[in-house]
Amino acid sequence: MSGNSTYQPQNAVLQWFEKRLPIGGLIHSSFVAYPTPRNLNYWWTFGGILSMMLGIQIITGIVLAMHYTPHVDLAFKSVEAIMRDVNYGWLLRYLHANGAAMFFLAVYIHMFRGIYYGSYKEPREVLWILGVIIYLLMMATGFMGYVLVWGQMSFWAATVITNLFSAIPGVGDTIVAWLWGGYAVGNPTLNRFYSLHYLLPFVIAGVVILHVWALHVSGQNNPTGIEPKSEKDTVPFTPYATVKDGFFMACFLILYCWFVFYVPNFLGHPDNYIPANPAVTPAEIVPEWYYLPFYAILRSIPDKLMGVVALFGSILILAFLPWLDTSRVRSGRYRPLFKQFFWLWVIVCVGLGWLGSKPPEGIYVILSRLFTLYYFGFFIVILPLLGIFEKTKPLPNSISESVLGAKA
Amino acid sequence: MTNKRTIIALTLAFAAFAAPALAQEHSHEAPTPPAVKWSFAGPFGKFDEGQLQRGFKIYKEVCSSCHALSLLSIGSLADAGGPGFSEAQVAALAAEYKIKDIDDKGEAIERAGRPADHFPSPFANDAAAAAANGGVAPPDMSTLAKARGYMRGFPTFVFDIFTQYQEAGPDYIHAVLNGYKDAAPAGFIMPPGGNYNEYFPGHVIAMPKPLSDGQVTFDDGAPATLAQYSKDVTAFLMWAAEPKLVQRKRTGFQVMIFLIVLSGLLYFTKKKVWSAVH
Amino acid sequence: MTTVSSAEHTRRDFLYIATGAVGAVGGAAALVPLIAQMNPDASTIAAGAPIEVDLAPIADGQIIKVFWRSKPIFISHRSKKEIDAAKNVQLATLPDPEPDSARVKAGHDQWLVVIGICTHLGCIPLAHQGEFDGWFCPCHGSQYDTAGRIRKGPAPKNLPLPPYKFVSDTKIQIG
Repeated sequence: MSGNSTYQPQNAVLQWFEKRLPIGGLIHSSFVAYPTPRNLNYWWTFGGILSMMLGIQIITGIVLAMHYTPHVDLAFKSVEAIMRDVNYGWLLRYLHANGAAMFFLAVYIHMFRGIYYGSYKEPREVLWILGVIIYLLMMATGFMGYVLVWGQMSFWAATVITNLFSAIPGVGDTIVAWLWGGYAVGNPTLNRFYSLHYLLPFVIAGVVILHVWALHVSGQNNPTGIEPKSEKDTVPFTPYATVKDGFFMACFLILYCWFVFYVPNFLGHPDNYIPANPAVTPAEIVPEWYYLPFYAILRSIPDKLMGVVALFGSILILAFLPWLDTSRVRSGRYRPLFKQFFWLWVIVCVGLGWLGSKPPEGIYVILSRLFTLYYFGFFIVILPLLGIFEKTKPLPNSISESVLGAKA
Repeated sequence: MTNKRTIIALTLAFAAFAAPALAQEHSHEAPTPPAVKWSFAGPFGKFDEGQLQRGFKIYKEVCSSCHALSLLSIGSLADAGGPGFSEAQVAALAAEYKIKDIDDKGEAIERAGRPADHFPSPFANDAAAAAANGGVAPPDMSTLAKARGYMRGFPTFVFDIFTQYQEAGPDYIHAVLNGYKDAAPAGFIMPPGGNYNEYFPGHVIAMPKPLSDGQVTFDDGAPATLAQYSKDVTAFLMWAAEPKLVQRKRTGFQVMIFLIVLSGLLYFTKKKVWSAVH
Repeated sequence: MTTVSSAEHTRRDFLYIATGAVGAVGGAAALVPLIAQMNPDASTIAAGAPIEVDLAPIADGQIIKVFWRSKPIFISHRSKKEIDAAKNVQLATLPDPEPDSARVKAGHDQWLVVIGICTHLGCIPLAHQGEFDGWFCPCHGSQYDTAGRIRKGPAPKNLPLPPYKFVSDTKIQIG
C-alpha cells in the first residue's frame, strides 16, 4: 500500500489481470517488498498474531453460528449441544471462548509495546487512533459474545453493563430500555446481541485494513524510535518479517492450545455453566479478566455517573495520547524517567485487574482509588510534564548504527 | 537499574499493605476442599469406566429423584470416553424410562424411552421442583461439575495453569458430600429446613445428607461406603459435564507435539533467513 | 568454495521445504473439524435409529405416512385389486423395470413400504391419485403405480425402498 510497485508478473495471464486490477502489486508492495526496520524485536510480532486471532475468531464464530440458537429458552441448551453432539463442537467452542481471551492478551501486549516505544507519536497518530477504535470494537464484541452463552454470568453481565447507560442524566432509562428492547434483559436483547456479535468482527476487520494501510503509509516504528534513513536500516517484509512473525505465531499458538486443550475453563467463571436465571443474582459478578481493570475503575468512584464517565474516559483517553505525550523523543529506551513511570503504570493496570476481581470493600476500595488516580495521572499529568522536564539519553544516528553499536 | 529497584520496592510495599486484608478475607470462608486424586486429572487423564458406571448407579438410585440430567441423552452413556456401557445395555436402560410424548391422535402418552431421548426430569418444571423442595429447585446436574468450584487464591491460581488443575468443581462436590455434620457448632443459628455442611458457602445447605454408608450396592464389589460413593458419583458428574474430556486431552497432546515441531522448524528457518542480516 | 555454498543451499532448501510441509499439514489438519462439524451431529444420528411400526391398525386399501430420518415413509396395505394391478404389467413398458416381487417382502404381498419422495426433484407425491391409482406428484406430474413404480412423467426411478424387516406379521422395523 505504499508507493508504486515494481511488481511485474511473469505469467501472461497474470500480466493481463495485473493491468486491469493491480492486486498482485498491492500484495507485493504491502507484504513482500515493504521495507521493515531491521531492528524490530519480538514485541513487534503481535500485530501479526492479532490478525491471526481475528481470523481464528471469525472462522470458529461462523462455524459456531451454524449450531447456535439465539433464544432465551434454547441458547444455553444449544451451546451444550455444541459441546456434546456437534462433531468437534467442543473444540470449536473452546477455541472461540479461549480465543477471545488470547485476542485480548495479544492486544494488551501490542498496546503496551506501542506506548513504551512511542508508536503513537507523529506521524502515526491516525494509526494509533484506529487502533483504539479496534480495541473499543473488540470490547463490545467480546462482551456481546459472552452474553450469548446465556449462563448466569452472561445474563447478569448484560444487566450490569447495559445499566451503565442508565447513569446518563435524563435519558438514561430510556436508552437502557432501548438497548434491551424490553423492561429487562430478555429475548430481544439476546437476539440483537447475536446480530451485532456477528456483525462487529467484520467491522473490526475493516478497521484493521485501515490500520494496516495507515501503518504502511507512515512505516513501522522501531525500538530506537528513529525513522529509517537508508536502505541499510530496513529489510524486506518477506521473508524477514514473515518468518519471524510466523515463528512467534506458532509459539503463541502453543500457549493458546494449552488453554484450549488442558485448562479450557480456567479463564471462565463456573457460574456461567448455570443457565441464566433472571430471578437470582450470583453472589459475585465478575467480568472476564480482560475487562477487570475498567471494572475496578468504575467501582472505585462512589458516584454512579462519575464512575461511568471514568470507565469510558479510561479508554477514550488513549485516543488523546499522541497529544498528551509532549516528549520529542519517541522511544522509551532513551527516556529514563518515562521508563519508570511506564512500568509503574503497567503494574497499576495489572493491579487494577486484580482489584476488579475483589469485592468492593475495605482496603480494595482504597487501593482501587489510588490506582485509578495513577492511571489517569499518568496520562494527564506525568506524560505532559515529562516531555518538558525529562533529560533524555542521546539518540543513535541511525537504526543500523544502533544495531551495529550493540554488537560491537 | 534504579527503575528496577523502584519497582521491586513498590511491589513489596504493596504486598505488605495488601496482605493483612487478604488474610482477613479468608477467615470467614468455608475451608478449602481437600484435593482428591482423580483419574481424569492431568494431561493424560482418562475417566475410569468402572467408576463412571458406579457413579451412574448412584445417580440413578439416589440423585435422580430430585436432580435432572436433562442435557444428556441416555444413549450418550455408550459414547467413547464415557462409562463404557454397550449399545444393547443402553437400549435396555432407555426402555426403563417413561418418556412423555403424543400419539398420532394428539393424545399425551408415556412411551418407553429410546437411546436418543434425554434423561427425563424428576419435576415438570423449575417452579414445581422448587415447590416440592422447600422453595429451592435442586440444580440440574448436567453441567454441575463445571458450575461449581472455589476460589484458589493467589498465587495458587497461577500455578494451576501449569499444573493443569481443572478439578475445583469435582473437589468441591466431593467435599460437600462428605461435609455434612449431624449438628451445627454451638452458637451457629440454623434456619429451619437447613442442614449444616462444612464446605457449603455459608454452611447452610437445603439438601439433606444425600449419601450414607450402605445406601447403594455395587455390582463390582466396590465398598458400599460414603467415601467410595462420593468419589464415584463426582467422577460421573464430571463426565456428564465434560463428556469429551478424554478426546480433548488426547487431541491436545497431538496438537502440542505438532506445534512444538513447527515452532522448532520456524525457529531454525528464521535463524537461517536472518543470518544474512545479522 | 563452490561445493560449500551448494551444500549450504541444499540444507537451507531442505529446511524451508520441511517447514512449509509441516505448516501445510497443520493447516490441512485444522480444516478437519471445520468440515466435519457440518456432518449430522450425534443427536441427529441417535434420532435416526430404527423405528418400529405396528401394521395392525392399517385397514385394507389404506396408506399411512410415518417419518424415519426426517423422510416420509408410505406404508400401503394393498387390496387384492391393487396387488393384481401391480403384478399384471408388462415389465418392458416400464421406465425403471422391476417386478412387483422385488418391491415387497416375500409372503407379505399386501404390504408395500416405500420412501415417499418423488425421484424427480424431491416432492412428496399424493396417495391414491393419478392414472395408475398409486401416487401422483403435484410438482411436475410424475405418476406412480400401486407398487410405487414410475409409470409416467419426468421422474426417472421408482420410489426407493427403505431398509426394513418384518419383526412379526403385523409389525415392521424400519432402518
